Amino acid sequence: MNLTLTINGEPVAVPNVSPTMTLLQYLRASGRVGTKEGCADGDCGACTVAVIGEGSDGKLHYQAMNSCIVPLVSMAEREIVTVEGVANGSLHPVQEAMVKTGGSQCGYCTPGFIMSLFAAYYDGTVDDLAVEGNLCRCTGYASIRRAAALVTGAAPVDAFSERLQHPLNPLPPLGLADRESPSEQPFYRPGALSEVLMLLQRYPEAMLVAGATDLGLELSHHRQQFPILISLEAVTDLRFIDRRHDAVEIGAAVPLSHIEDQLRGVFPSLDEMLHWFAARQVRNRATLGGNIGTASPIGDLPPVLLSLDATLRIAGPNGERQIPLCDFFKGYRQTDLQPGEVIVSVIIPTSPIPGSQRRLSQSYKVGKRGTDDISIVAAAFTIDLDADNRILHARLGYGGVAATPARARGVEDLLIGQPWNAATIELAKVALYDAFTPLTDLRGSAEYRKRLVVNLFEKFFVQHP
Amino acid sequence: MGSVGERRSHESAVGHVSGKATYTDDQRPPIGMVSLYPVLSPHAHARITKIDVAAAYEVAGVVTVLTAEDVPGENDTGVIVRDEILLPTEEIHYWGQAVVWVVGETEDAAREGAARVIVEYEPLVPILSIREAIAADSFHVPLQVFRRGEAATALESADYSLSGEVEMNGQDHFYLETQASWVIPDTEGNYHVYASTQHPTETQVVVARVLGIATNQVIVTCLRMGGGFGGKESQANPYAALAAMAARKTGRPARVRLQRHHDMILTGKRHGFLGRYQVGFAADGKITALAVELYSDGGWSMDLSPPVLMRAMLHVDNAYYIPHIEVKGRIAKTNRVSNTAFRGFGGPQGMIVIEDIVDRIARTLNLPPHRVRERNFYHGSGETNTTHYGQEIFDNRIDRVWTEVKTNARFEERRQAIAEFNREHPYCKRGLAITPVKFGISFNKTQYNQAGALVLIYTDGSIQLNHGGTEMGQGLHTKMLQVAAKTLGVSIERFRVMPTSTDKVPNTSATAASSGSDLNGQAVKDACETLKSRLAIVAARMLNLDSPEAFVFEDDWIYCKTYPSYRLSFSEVAQQAYNERVSLAATGFYRTPNIYWDSKTAKGRPFYYFAFGAAVSEVEVDGFTGTFKLRQVDIVHDVGESLNPLVDQGQIEGAFVQGMGWLTMEELVWDPQGQLRTYAPSTYKIPTISEVPEHFQIHLLERAPQEGVIYGSKAVGEPPFMLAMSVREAIREAVAAFAHGQPVPYVPLAAPATPEATLWAIERVRAAASESVEQPLLTS
Ligand SMILES: Cc1cc2nc3c(=O)[nH]c(=O)nc-3n(C[C@H](O)[C@H](O)[C@H](O)COP(=O)(O)OP(=O)(O)OC[C@H]3O[C@@H](n4cnc5c(N)ncnc54)[C@H](O)[C@@H]3O)c2cc1C
Ligand code: FES
Ligand code: FES
Repeated sequence: MNLTLTINGEPVAVPNVSPTMTLLQYLRASGRVGTKEGCADGDCGACTVAVIGEGSDGKLHYQAMNSCIVPLVSMAEREIVTVEGVANGSLHPVQEAMVKTGGSQCGYCTPGFIMSLFAAYYDGTVDDLAVEGNLCRCTGYASIRRAAALVTGAAPVDAFSERLQHPLNPLPPLGLADRESPSEQPFYRPGALSEVLMLLQRYPEAMLVAGATDLGLELSHHRQQFPILISLEAVTDLRFIDRRHDAVEIGAAVPLSHIEDQLRGVFPSLDEMLHWFAARQVRNRATLGGNIGTASPIGDLPPVLLSLDATLRIAGPNGERQIPLCDFFKGYRQTDLQPGEVIVSVIIPTSPIPGSQRRLSQSYKVGKRGTDDISIVAAAFTIDLDADNRILHARLGYGGVAATPARARGVEDLLIGQPWNAATIELAKVALYDAFTPLTDLRGSAEYRKRLVVNLFEKFFVQHP
Repeated sequence: MGSVGERRSHESAVGHVSGKATYTDDQRPPIGMVSLYPVLSPHAHARITKIDVAAAYEVAGVVTVLTAEDVPGENDTGVIVRDEILLPTEEIHYWGQAVVWVVGETEDAAREGAARVIVEYEPLVPILSIREAIAADSFHVPLQVFRRGEAATALESADYSLSGEVEMNGQDHFYLETQASWVIPDTEGNYHVYASTQHPTETQVVVARVLGIATNQVIVTCLRMGGGFGGKESQANPYAALAAMAARKTGRPARVRLQRHHDMILTGKRHGFLGRYQVGFAADGKITALAVELYSDGGWSMDLSPPVLMRAMLHVDNAYYIPHIEVKGRIAKTNRVSNTAFRGFGGPQGMIVIEDIVDRIARTLNLPPHRVRERNFYHGSGETNTTHYGQEIFDNRIDRVWTEVKTNARFEERRQAIAEFNREHPYCKRGLAITPVKFGISFNKTQYNQAGALVLIYTDGSIQLNHGGTEMGQGLHTKMLQVAAKTLGVSIERFRVMPTSTDKVPNTSATAASSGSDLNGQAVKDACETLKSRLAIVAARMLNLDSPEAFVFEDDWIYCKTYPSYRLSFSEVAQQAYNERVSLAATGFYRTPNIYWDSKTAKGRPFYYFAFGAAVSEVEVDGFTGTFKLRQVDIVHDVGESLNPLVDQGQIEGAFVQGMGWLTMEELVWDPQGQLRTYAPSTYKIPTISEVPEHFQIHLLERAPQEGVIYGSKAVGEPPFMLAMSVREAIREAVAAFAHGQPVPYVPLAAPATPEATLWAIERVRAAASESVEQPLLTS
């Protein structure tokens, strides 16, 4: 397909784009080699660019993204800034700061850091979190932290901040011009759920793509060809967060960074897990629907959602249905999703069950590296206690210990009616040790995983006596 | 001009931050450039029974395929011995070894072609660990032994003795820029190689060898590297040679740029080591005797393993005087990647062994580990200040850095506070540790300790600076500019540092062993001094004075010190030199004096001098998960009179964090078939900013000029890497605290101390503590 986008303020037309081409490949092939490839995996941040997008506050922001896992087609009609576009006659303040503090040594990671810092600069807070997704092997980060300190808290007024004052054109639907006749178009970006459903009917082999942080790896790394891609990015009916009196409903295509911002404080276990989920570049793109749809046994949000009794809303050719998340995962990377169906939203009840006096809820993630790592084990617990400190309701969700994200149901049953005390925990510990039969893999041994299943619950008790 | 000693930013900093600094694969592609893509072996050890490349040619865009038959010269890239076949014909030696390379109009075409190549194998039994190699007697070189005194007898008569093992994993370099080489052939049989290499001369020699042409037909240029850390010393050569082969076969420019996972699968890493020891000591913790065997995992070919092992053997003492010592070393030959140079070059592995031992002695005697460390330091003069290989540590600064960092970090006070904290927190424990570093500076191989430079002044007074060192982020070019500017008394802005190129400075050494600025700095200074003396003569003539030796070069002016008001501008004198037919180009050269090594007795002065440092680290370990948080780090490090404190501080910070990664989270996992399972950043985790503590204080030792080194400075690249041992020891302290006050005589800790390994260590300590309640620890 042919597409247009804006790069560093210049409109650019790109003919014959293959849907498997990543934004990074395009940038480098077109001579914009300032943006580097360090991994093509979404893990190092060397390829970071800033994309103008709407934040959860409805305002425009520069959003850092890993261009190596962004399909170029999904940037159609968008505006991006690359490292080449940051200096405006003279160096940008974030560039100056990095020069001054010695924030670059070999310099190969630097363009990525500049773009992460740049994006954060216009949000006013330039801290460690802004560059957590950028690996540097040379500096040990201290000088980069000193650079960040020089530019944090600014209220910039410049051409870049000015740009954010002008509204963005809504993402136009793509590939749908000729709705009735079958088209050669391999990439669709519909604007409404009904169109997604229609496309799925017409092309049963089509693949849905949301943030592409899972799928992008297939493109970038495995050079996998998908016959037809249907992007959910412009589907407004999938991008909402609805806070009701008894529940929160989150649209499947809402990026995780919006959930982070808008729901902070509502579900402590969700806040905690989002904090440990990948890094900002990924959270700016990754969606809740993608994390569930990909059905990975080590997906981090399913354990949290399981512990919160979440329900999925699913739309398909025969209308809508709802299914509790705990019934959704059927086997290793298998779900209850039927051909032609789309996850619309996730509904999370907010109130503890009747009679409850106190709700305890928290989540934990253990990886080899604290930050931006895939879980060895993720766990999320919700316990509702009555006035006598007895357990009324228990949900223990785990990831990384079975073929799917799973609840320790046997242990939940055992807990009901017990007092929330050390003796009960001892009982639960024995049962938890045998609750799952995890595998040994490169991240950890089966025995370690079994111990984490137990120990994380004990930790939860110690922290929430 | 006082540019030496200034906190100057990296000379390419503006290029880095604006994306304009050009790396090998960022150059404007020449017309018709082809790309290479490998076919990897799915076995760790196998015989090749068939290679059929025909189907690759069916893919549109495949230009040709490279197999052993296409090697015009020698099919071997070995650097010390010829044991490193470039394109295998009979046998596969490690999982992922590249068998065939497909050349395509694009990388994608080559990749598709590679998928069509048929290779058949007959699997053989692989050797997949040091232990398996020992069992199979599979080694690269004969046993090496270094000795002082009579270790065996002294061990027998020791008051206490212990024996044990220390094992540590390797480390991937994870330079952000993967291996890359572009080769541009001309029509006359010459090749210009642009490579991301730390050793352009060796790359040149290997390319010429593989192509079967004279060295002078190959030019190797290194623009800059996106990180090296030793991983682009010998490891860059095969990819340059392959691109050169493709260029020769097709007559077109050719490019290899490894994808990250190929880089991690194909290239050598830090050597994993196994140490076995027997140590004798006295009741005060002083070591009286040590017998230690060091086994390194050399991988399938020798590469640089012998000097890496030697450095490990030379650093197994770290900062400690050991009167009777016997060090044996062997290089295991295994079916793994061929391990190679990596910051520290074996030094860290040797030092980990002794630090483990010293800690164990302390716990056995129930003494604080830092006390036992102190008691064993090299001290005084003569014997107690002389290493096991007979080199006296003339300028011993261990005590200075140690005392200073202890004070800065309020070590004693915090030890108390932490003990208090640990009493109150049953589920998480803090640990505080201090460790020293003494690191020998010079290439082990004497002939590498030489360097050259070429300085070219143009008639407008602008200058090109060439030297034999390569820039990989360590700030070498910046320091060389400072040296040149100071020596010539001109501003840095006059200079352009040229890409390192073998046609400018020939026969160079690798930029390695932290020696870049020591060696090249002297060579640059030498060249500048030659030019200066020529210009002084011209200036003297211009001013009608007759004492050129009295001329001063300062702030871009040249004048006689007796008549400072008669000044000539540098450019004016340069122009006049040209007019008078005085050469404005000069080479410089340097060889490190006074170093020697007798390999028969294993004695000598292999190091020109030593660098020193000490670090205090504090961690908190979670008893439920084994995860840790690094809370605070204080460092005092000796860089002599820093040429550039900004650069040196950056080197120390970066090295420390890299070392911390090696010892705590960077885990190379091989499966039972010998497949590397951690070959991407999704599975191999290097530290991020969040693993670095807010309190991360670096102090450069003050008033510490190093005699005989360029402007009193000291090498800084490698030594601070080993400061990270303090993190490992702090984790061990925290783990030990899970015994709840019970002394535990032995706290083994895996390297890396991943959360899982740490949890098991905690379990062991808990078990030992509950046993020791009944059984008193130590009777003596
Ligand atoms: C560097 C990096 C770090 C990561 N870290 C983490 C981590 O810490 N924890 C973690 O859990 N994951 C992590 N991931 C994985 C990934 O980011 C998440 O799974 C993410 O939520 C996927 O969302 P997405 O929108 O990008 O999905 P996509 O890649 O767009 O899609 C993923 C799958 O879901 C399907 N899908 C998407 N939306 C829907 C829908 N509405 N209905 C039905 N099917 C749908 C797609 O067809 C596809 O099969 C990481 C990925 C990267 C690259
Ligand atoms: S290249 Fe590493 S995240 Fe994109
Ligand atoms: S400066 Fe080299 S990787 Fe960051």
